[in-house]
This record gives sequence, structure tokens and C-alpha cells, in this order.
Amino acid sequence: MISLEVLKVGIVSCSGEAVCEGTLSRIACRRVLDDIRPAETVTICLPLFLAGGKEEREFAARYPTITVDGCEKRCAQKSTEKLSGKPARSILIPEILKKHGLEAPTSLRDLSPEEKASAQLVAEEIARAVDEILNGTEG
Amino acid sequence: MSQKAKKVVVLPCSGIGKVYGALARETAYELMDRVRPGVVVTTCLPLLVIEDSEAKQLVTANPVITIDGCPKSCAQKSVEAQGVTPAQSFQAINFYKAHKDLKPDGIAELDENGRRLAAIAADELARVVDDLAAGGVR
Repeated sequence: MISLEVLKVGIVSCSGEAVCEGTLSRIACRRVLDDIRPAETVTICLPLFLAGGKEEREFAARYPTITVDGCEKRCAQKSTEKLSGKPARSILIPEILKKHGLEAPTSLRDLSPEEKASAQLVAEEIARAVDEILNGTEG
Repeated sequence: MSQKAKKVVVLPCSGIGKVYGALARETAYELMDRVRPGVVVTTCLPLLVIEDSEAKQLVTANPVITIDGCPKSCAQKSVEAQGVTPAQSFQAINFYKAHKDLKPDGIAELDENGRRLAAIAADELARVVDDLAAGGVR
């Protein structure tokens, strides 16, 4: 039987212009895409699911996806499920912050040094999820 | 400005893949925080994708300005998908074309050129906001 190897994981970030956790999500996701797992990850702009064509809608069919949401409304997860496919993993920023005893960010635009450290921690959680998916060990 | 000004909704591109998306977002924040606080509001663009009732109410009850970061025009199309025509639609790259000495860089976080360009763009959009807030053509 032929095994189809998964080579890349799609990251779908909350864009969250109106919530501070959205800013944290964007920064954390870019760190994964640019610095931590650049060869193993790709992304798509979330509203492209709506505005885009067939290629964007097939995103989750081509890649296992990780959605990263900034609030309980879970736009990234719901949009991906609705328009593309079920995410392999769905991450909620407030849950990660709570798990590590960290405060929620307070600025939409500029994260403080402490908040940037939180973004790094979230990025590392995303990277772990990427590794688990690529290694076939996702829970 | 009129004391009875309406809210004006500014919806930027929400992309995390291109610098002009970041420029669109920063321009919206400049309008909201510095140039026309209390008049300009925003919401998360993907809330429209999941048909959030509050987000939909916001864009149907108020004039909307969209600022897109690429020709796919997600912000404009996301508003139009709600049956609403934006009062004004802009492409952030045109802000740069008008001020070529300020080439922006950065995606998650804009560099200094990008921030200065966003501030200038927001200043230039103030008149559009004022017209819409005063009940100008939608």
C-alpha cells in the first residue's frame, strides 16, 4: 500500500483586527512560518476562503491544517471547517495563555516584551503541533 | 466635524502574508486610535465569513471603508458578500505609489517606513471619514 507522506502543514491564523489576541496570533504564526518551521509550513489569508477561488477552498484538502484562534468565536476554525475541511488541530490562544498562567495582551498594535514572550510560547506550541502532525503522532 | 457624526467602519485586509496587508491594518489602527478616535471603528474581517450577527449589523448600519492589501480584495468582497457595498474601497499599495520614498517592510510587524506611511495614509483618509460620518454619499 502506498503511503502518502505529509510534507507541509497549513497554518490558518485568526486575523483578529479587533482583539489583542488576534495580534498575538498573527505574530506567533509568522514566527512559525518565518523562523521556527519555515520549510514545513505554509499559510493562507483567512478571508481568502471567502474571496478566493477553488485553489483557496482546496487548501485543507491539500494540507493538514492548524487553526489558531484569538477568541472563542473561533473564526479560523469555523471558516476552515465551513469552506475547506476539518483542521488537524485547532489552537485557542486564551487556553494556551491560561495553561501557562500568562496575562492576555492589552494592545492591538504593539506587544510589550512580556507579550512578545507569550507570542514566542504560542509559536512553540504551534511548532510542536506541526511536528506531531508531520510525525503522525497528533493526539 | 459634526457632533452628530456616525460611526465609520474601516475594514482592512487581514492577511498575514503580504506587507501591504500589514500596511492596510496599520492604517486602520492609525485612523481608529489617532486620527478619528470615537468615529472610526473596526471589526475582525473573518467574523463576516462566519456570519457573526454583531459584525454583520456593524457593516449594514454604518458606512464602510475597505483597505485591501492585494488585488484579491478580500476585505471589499467580504463586505459585498453581506449585501453591502463599501462606501469607499482602497488598495494599500496605492498609498506607497503616492509616497515612494516610504517603502514599507515587515508583515506581522511593520518597519518604521511602513508606520510612517500608514500615518500619512490615515491623515489623507481623514477627509473621506469626515464626509461619511457627516452623512456623505454612501
